[in-house]
Amino acid sequence: MRRIALRAGELLAVLFVVSFGVFAMVTLMPGDPAVAILGEGHPKQDYVDLRQELGLDDPLLTRYWHWLSSAVTGDLGRSLVPPQGDVTDRILGALPVSFQLATMGLLIALVLAVPLAMWSAAHAGGLVDRIISASMFAILSIPSFLAGLLLIMVFANGLGWFPRAQWVRISEDLPANLHHALLPALVIAMMELALFTRILRNDLIVTLNEDYILAARAKGMPPWRIMVTDALRPSSFSLVTLMGISLGRLIGSTVIVEYLFALPGMGSMIVTAANQGDFPLVQGAVLIIALVYVVVNASIDVSYGYLDPRTRRVHA
Amino acid sequence: MRSDKSRARAENRTRTLLVGAALLVAGGAVAGFGWTTPTLVLAGKAVLVLAGLGLIFHGIARLVVGFRGKPVDLLFVLAVVWLIGICVAAVLAPLLPLGEHNDVAKTLVEPTNMAPSLLTDHPLGTNNQGLDLLSRSLHGARTSLAISLLAVTIGTVVGGAIGVMAGYFRKGVDSVVGIFTNALLAVPPLILLITLSTFLDPSLRNMALALSLLTIPSMVRLARANTIAFAQREFVMAARLMGATRFRVMTRELVPNVLLPVCSMAVVMISALIVAEASLSFLGLGIQQPDPTWGNMIAEGEGGAMEDYPHIVLVPGAFLFLTVFSFNLLGEKAQKRWDTRSAKL
Repeated sequence: MRRIALRAGELLAVLFVVSFGVFAMVTLMPGDPAVAILGEGHPKQDYVDLRQELGLDDPLLTRYWHWLSSAVTGDLGRSLVPPQGDVTDRILGALPVSFQLATMGLLIALVLAVPLAMWSAAHAGGLVDRIISASMFAILSIPSFLAGLLLIMVFANGLGWFPRAQWVRISEDLPANLHHALLPALVIAMMELALFTRILRNDLIVTLNEDYILAARAKGMPPWRIMVTDALRPSSFSLVTLMGISLGRLIGSTVIVEYLFALPGMGSMIVTAANQGDFPLVQGAVLIIALVYVVVNASIDVSYGYLDPRTRRVHA
Repeated sequence: MRSDKSRARAENRTRTLLVGAALLVAGGAVAGFGWTTPTLVLAGKAVLVLAGLGLIFHGIARLVVGFRGKPVDLLFVLAVVWLIGICVAAVLAPLLPLGEHNDVAKTLVEPTNMAPSLLTDHPLGTNNQGLDLLSRSLHGARTSLAISLLAVTIGTVVGGAIGVMAGYFRKGVDSVVGIFTNALLAVPPLILLITLSTFLDPSLRNMALALSLLTIPSMVRLARANTIAFAQREFVMAARLMGATRFRVMTRELVPNVLLPVCSMAVVMISALIVAEASLSFLGLGIQQPDPTWGNMIAEGEGGAMEDYPHIVLVPGAFLFLTVFSFNLLGEKAQKRWDTRSAKL
């Protein structure tokens, strides 16, 4: 119990530092936000009034306090650039798109990685294993924007299987939504697939050398059953750690993919906001992303105990 | 008896050489057919070319085994050769007899969007403004490599120093450093870079500083973990008992031991930084046109140009891929040798 409380305190401290960092960084932006909102060529008094209204002339700490205390109640301010909605509303509109893409990417990666890794580990050193390992290493070296462009080139333009640069919301039309999301999700999945396959293969090979696997084999259990029931769970430990670590990259490739396919998610929103100097939107979006990231990582930490009973005993 | 054995070995060698040569020729034929054939779609061509290159690779590997009598890690050798080549070319880029890389005014009479053809003035083709792609790729390598190497150096020095101090002093220093590293790690790398780019001018120096922020937290963690492990060893205790100052213990006893894992981590990070820099340039938030980087060159292919002129994306893409691949290979080797603990992840 005490460990959880400590952990939560640390989380809060980290979030506090992150929020202050984001807030301070974005307010250092060059250019006057008042000019950005109104445009050039208004009477001077207009700018002064607007700065007053937005509280831009207050000291940094006061402004941070105002921002943070309203952020806690779910109000992240208003976007400066048209369409000038509530930042919270904009984020809530964009979040499901990014969430769907990232989840689909992760699922595709897992669904492909587990059988590939099992096949590779079962035939370690063979031709198929060597081909799988080599191509996974090659995939790791393809940045996601390049992979995305290549896949668009081949599947959307060359073969015409997929549409590009459109988005259909889940609520409107599920099959069309999946059809539109599949290619972007594949791009996101590629990098994760390569990492997952590599790590799971290596761990499986180690596990398969354990005595209890030998015992299972001696009992005459078929190899695929040993693989699925005995070897997979103890080997998935590093995989889960890796999934926590890859979350940052997952978010990064989601940003790239949304930009590339012009999908209305968090990533394209942040890139546009950063280009336009829309600082409340950047602040709000980065804060939400950091929140998700920190919470997910903490829950992965907790989930170790369920996956691997050995860690439970050590800390109890 | 002996002559039998040596004859068998010679026969074996001849066979290896023959198989190698056959693979080489077959690979060349397949790749050449894939490259030139008009009957296939792009995907089919790419598969054929890749298969051909694979065959050529195996052919060369066999030939090397035949000549030298023992296998070599051919891929590693090729990676090192590529890296040395690209670094030398990047350093010498302004001196080499290359086409124009960023001044549009000088390319008014040059052909635009020319496809690569090796024996002309533009071996890798030109872009939509007639700028030479080979020249742009090499100048892009200059920027990319300069930024990533600078960033990784800053990150290693600063992060390593902070990590060693946190690991040696523990207590208060350690928890403060811990909170700050966790805070830096709590923002996904690309998001951090995008946020920084909202108020930083995209110059070479600023890019390097921004990217170094990505490397610092992991360097701190690695250096700290290694320092804690070494600080409990006898030689550190001995140095302390002999009256060495804390500074001396850290610089003379701890740093030399922490250096190897930290440096192998640095090699691994270079490729991640090259990718990060390219991604940022691709998003239009990094180094701006007309100055070339691999990322903004690839971005030129967006919005229709790629369909008609795939080489606009493929040429800088190939440079980026080969460089990242080589650094990954190098980094993996370095980690396997010097930092067995984090090599797993």
